[in-house]
Amino acid sequence: MADIYSKYKEELPGKIIEDVKKEAEISKLTSAEIKKVLEEVKQEYITSLISPGESVGIITAESFGEPGTQMTLNVFHMAGVAEVQVTRGLPRLIEIFDARKEPSTPSMMVYLKPEYTKDEKTIRKVASFIKQMTLQEISSEFSLNMMKATVEVTLNTKKLKDLGFKKAEIFDTLVAKLKDVNVKDCTRGFILESSKEEGDLTGLYRLKQKAKEVIVRGISGITQVLPTKKDNKYVIQCAGTNLKEVFKLKEIDPRLTTSNNLFEIASILGIEAAKQAIMNECLAVLENQGLDIDIRHVMFLSELMTHTGTVKGITRGGISGEKESVLARASFETPIKHIVDASITGEVDKIRSVIENVMINQPIPMGTGLPGLVAQIKKEKAGKKK
Amino acid sequence: MVEYAEKKIDSISFGLFSPKEIKKISVTKIITPELYDREGYPVDGGLMDIRMGVIDPGLRCKTCSQKLKECPGHFGFMDLARPVVHINYIDRILDLLRISCRDCGRFVLDDEKIQLHLKKLEVAEREKRTKDKRKIIRELVAKLKLAKKCSHCNAKQHKITLEKPSIILEDSKRLTPTEVRGRLERIPDSDIICIGMNPAVARPEWMVLNVLPVPPVTIRPSITLESGERSEDDLTHKLSDIVRINQRLFENINAGAPEIIIEDLWDLLQYHITTFFDNAVAQLPVARHRSGQPLKTLTERIKSKEGRFRHNLAGKRVNYSARTVISPDPKIKFNEVGIPKSVAMELTIPEKVTEWNIDWLKEFIKSGPTVYPGANYVIRPDGKKKKITEDIVEVLLEELQSGYIVERHLMDGDISIFNRQPSLHRMSIMAHKIRILPGRSFRLNPAVCTPYNADFDGDEMNLHIPQTEESRAEAEILMIVQQHIISPKNGMNVIGSIEDSISGIYLLTKDVEFIKSKAIQLLISIGILEKDKFSKFKDTVSGREIFSVLLPDGLDFVGKSKDGESVLIKNSLLKKGTIDNVSIGEENGALIRSIYSKYGDEVGINFMSNVFKLGIVTLLELGFTTSISDSDLPSKVLEKNRKEIESAYQKVDKLIGEHRDGKLEALPGNTVDETLEIRIVEVLNNVRNNIGKNVSVGIEEENNNSITMAKSGAKGNMLNLSMMAACVGQQSMGGNRIKGGYRGRTLSLFKKGDIRPESKGFVERGYKGGMKPTEYFFSAMTGRDALMDTALRTPKSGYLYRRLSSALQDLRIEYDGTVRDAEKTIIQFKYGDDGIDVAKSDGGSVNIKKIISQIKGK
Repeated sequence: MADIYSKYKEELPGKIIEDVKKEAEISKLTSAEIKKVLEEVKQEYITSLISPGESVGIITAESFGEPGTQMTLNVFHMAGVAEVQVTRGLPRLIEIFDARKEPSTPSMMVYLKPEYTKDEKTIRKVASFIKQMTLQEISSEFSLNMMKATVEVTLNTKKLKDLGFKKAEIFDTLVAKLKDVNVKDCTRGFILESSKEEGDLTGLYRLKQKAKEVIVRGISGITQVLPTKKDNKYVIQCAGTNLKEVFKLKEIDPRLTTSNNLFEIASILGIEAAKQAIMNECLAVLENQGLDIDIRHVMFLSELMTHTGTVKGITRGGISGEKESVLARASFETPIKHIVDASITGEVDKIRSVIENVMINQPIPMGTGLPGLVAQIKKEKAGKKK
Repeated sequence: MVEYAEKKIDSISFGLFSPKEIKKISVTKIITPELYDREGYPVDGGLMDIRMGVIDPGLRCKTCSQKLKECPGHFGFMDLARPVVHINYIDRILDLLRISCRDCGRFVLDDEKIQLHLKKLEVAEREKRTKDKRKIIRELVAKLKLAKKCSHCNAKQHKITLEKPSIILEDSKRLTPTEVRGRLERIPDSDIICIGMNPAVARPEWMVLNVLPVPPVTIRPSITLESGERSEDDLTHKLSDIVRINQRLFENINAGAPEIIIEDLWDLLQYHITTFFDNAVAQLPVARHRSGQPLKTLTERIKSKEGRFRHNLAGKRVNYSARTVISPDPKIKFNEVGIPKSVAMELTIPEKVTEWNIDWLKEFIKSGPTVYPGANYVIRPDGKKKKITEDIVEVLLEELQSGYIVERHLMDGDISIFNRQPSLHRMSIMAHKIRILPGRSFRLNPAVCTPYNADFDGDEMNLHIPQTEESRAEAEILMIVQQHIISPKNGMNVIGSIEDSISGIYLLTKDVEFIKSKAIQLLISIGILEKDKFSKFKDTVSGREIFSVLLPDGLDFVGKSKDGESVLIKNSLLKKGTIDNVSIGEENGALIRSIYSKYGDEVGINFMSNVFKLGIVTLLELGFTTSISDSDLPSKVLEKNRKEIESAYQKVDKLIGEHRDGKLEALPGNTVDETLEIRIVEVLNNVRNNIGKNVSVGIEEENNNSITMAKSGAKGNMLNLSMMAACVGQQSMGGNRIKGGYRGRTLSLFKKGDIRPESKGFVERGYKGGMKPTEYFFSAMTGRDALMDTALRTPKSGYLYRRLSSALQDLRIEYDGTVRDAEKTIIQFKYGDDGIDVAKSDGGSVNIKKIISQIKGK
């Protein structure tokens, strides 16, 4: 059986051979039939190959631009199902293509290793360790003691119990995180005193603010956690991202865990991962909006955005601004700036891309404008031979 | 005479003009602000000097002795009494002053370090890292700015600041442009390359002007008003201001006027020259006309959407085009366009005279421009274009011979390019064959409305007539409608049967029977005349048999209909199933794609045309209408719906009660209040769905054409129907129920904190039953929200599209199968990793299932 397929290994893409295999098994084909099918598939594959000169870029741009008019501007999800809010629709698509450093709604999907997904309790526990918790959240009162120049923190004992905190534990984190501060234990909570000599009111107030924001547990930046079940796997949806810290936890499955922050992925997991992330994020938007765009276009865009090795947006600062041609750049945005710069450096526009050729009324180097005719003309000699 | 396009321009280089060059390219020195003498003739040495080009018909340019439209125009120049900085280069000038020594002119950097820096630049240049190169330069400039001492002559460096827009200060002492120019002159060529300048085309001192180039008159033509008065261009106005001030400055300097007066005039000159280049400099008052309207100077001419680049260079105007209102004509083919005679007699096709067509073309000339089909112009081999008039018809007929070109009127079958804006995808511009029809509008088949996104509520479309053999061939082979049935977006067909024709085919293939004569009559009425196919008919002919006549020979097809039934076509006979939207509709017509991929686009488009027409004639035969009674519900169903709503209200009340008593348990990740809201929405959505089900089960299907339309996928769905008949349901804004615009309530007639369905936008009755005033208000709210959303979205998505197309336009498939950009950088090794063209595929891939079922079927 296998050798029937191996013959086509060079001629057909792997995915198609796999699909034929699968379908052949389902419909129980004989090997003679499989041969026929493969031959037919090959024929059809060859006829559907793309032709040289095809302006695939514009096709992709059109494929995104045309349905763009049908997308909603509504940023948030339907109410009803409990979910972390994530930007979708046109705004998210624009965000991805701009390659913004921070998404407007950062979020992570944290997958757990199978051994930690046995019952909901452990999952909730892991979730509670991921969510950032500040001192303020577990305290009931912060009061300023002017006389002694101290901040007195009263802990919320009920919450402590619920969340399984030990006081000593908090004490240690406070000592570690608050520098230049003397932390003293007392019955109700802690007494904080600045070790530096600035006993004035503003210094005290600043200390109070600083103490409030100390993260006593969890990962900084993660403001909301929501354990859910997705495709038979337990996932913790998080609002806020911090992949670097999450990957340090032993309970999570780093192979599945992702974030929607493209730059974070690029810096931690590498550019190929970022490429895949762009694809996934685009596909998520398209699916959410019920649009059908071929995956080739999505793939194409993400490859374009990452082919230099860094994530680049489709903006005047990104891909469009880095074109070789002065006129191409000038025709997009800020023409004066580009012309002024070009005049000083003495740039030469070689008129190789589309827009410059349009400008000077010459055939564009695309499609039927691409082929040139090379003819060998024999002068005189032809006449002599005859 | 045919003009061949040849590639002439190989590259364009950019640079600065040196004063020498300006004088070299100039044909005259401008010395007087006067434009015309008393006779209205341009003054020599004035701004409209005819040595700089002609703008009046009849005159000849004194420089190149060509006429209007032939003379490209020539530059003049103006000697400035004192130098002036060029506003667009002020930042560069500032940088250069800051990083160069005020005494010796060298950059304040060791020779060694300069060499090191140059090497870095060279590497970046070689590796084409333009962004890195810019960054390296930026870093160098930032570093050198801070230097306190010159590393070459040890001179102390002062702090240089800019008083916007163009006054340069050194330690709060003003540097005049003369001094600035002096300093820039001292910077050696070897140093300026460090910041990326190319001394061959741009010396620093050229950024301070002492000679001003005066643009040719041809780019600033004056217009003669009806009163005979001349109205000058904005640039001419600005230039005459400059000349005037420049003259005054000269006079004052020569007369030895006090320094203060000279400086004032100098500043004024700087102002005028600055606004000549850019009239939107932040700190300067805008130069205006006497009417108060701002002058449009050089920068404004280039910039933005209406500027030279985007308006004139990236987009151009064309001849041989027409635009008018469109209207539908289901009887013409998909790839045809109906054209009014008046348009056909205005647009022409150039036809070259040969010995074989000379007699044929003479007939057109005889008819002339007023009789259809005629011709408008004859072009002689020497390029002279003659309009055919009654006086010269005879002469033209006499002299007509091979090599002449006759511009004849459009005729049936000529190729044209049809377009509707916004041209969002390539199917917005397709080639159609022309059909001359009576009337005054363009006619197109309603089935091709979808790719154009057109309707007939007053839409206008454009028509272009390709003028060369190459363009006609390309249009006919690459742009014709049948080439674009499958969208490159997702491999689905964008063209298919729509609306009535789907209803018709659905009814036809369901269970209709005709007597033989009627069946044949139907087929003949849509232009099917194949007698051998009719011979198979028995006395009564089923609808499926009639449909089968349209199928191309040897077709096998297995598919599904909209309600999941299987559709089976064997050997071009529809054996089983009804044909509906899923088989022949747009975006999902499986049968269409099947035929298209097996038989090619010619058969495909004919099949679609025929199906479309058959559907319509069937409906004509059977009769089809829709009425209000279609949404009548039996009283049993009405009762059921009423109960459904009542019980939902009770459930909601119960939930509210539980919440009040604190018994409601929060859902994970939500507060109790949120949980209540979620639960209520859930209940209300269920009501909607249940009522929908009740309606679709309980409604009378007999003689109900609304249901036929919904079931065949022609138009509308069961949800629409149940909204009309029974219940509109919850109105939502931004994914939530309607929020209160008053404090704690949606409308002032509700109590504060009321969260019952009726106060939060639940519409319990249908459109037919009529809404309560509050319900109507809520539904108007969501209606307006939807309108606002569309209005705000269009520009956003338009900008996204513009950015995408600008970034992606140069990417193409190379002959080696890779995808590369204009610089030949590889983006993908194989397009989409498998090299499949989506527009040639079936839904984005090879349809293996189809192939298997075909092979198994045999």
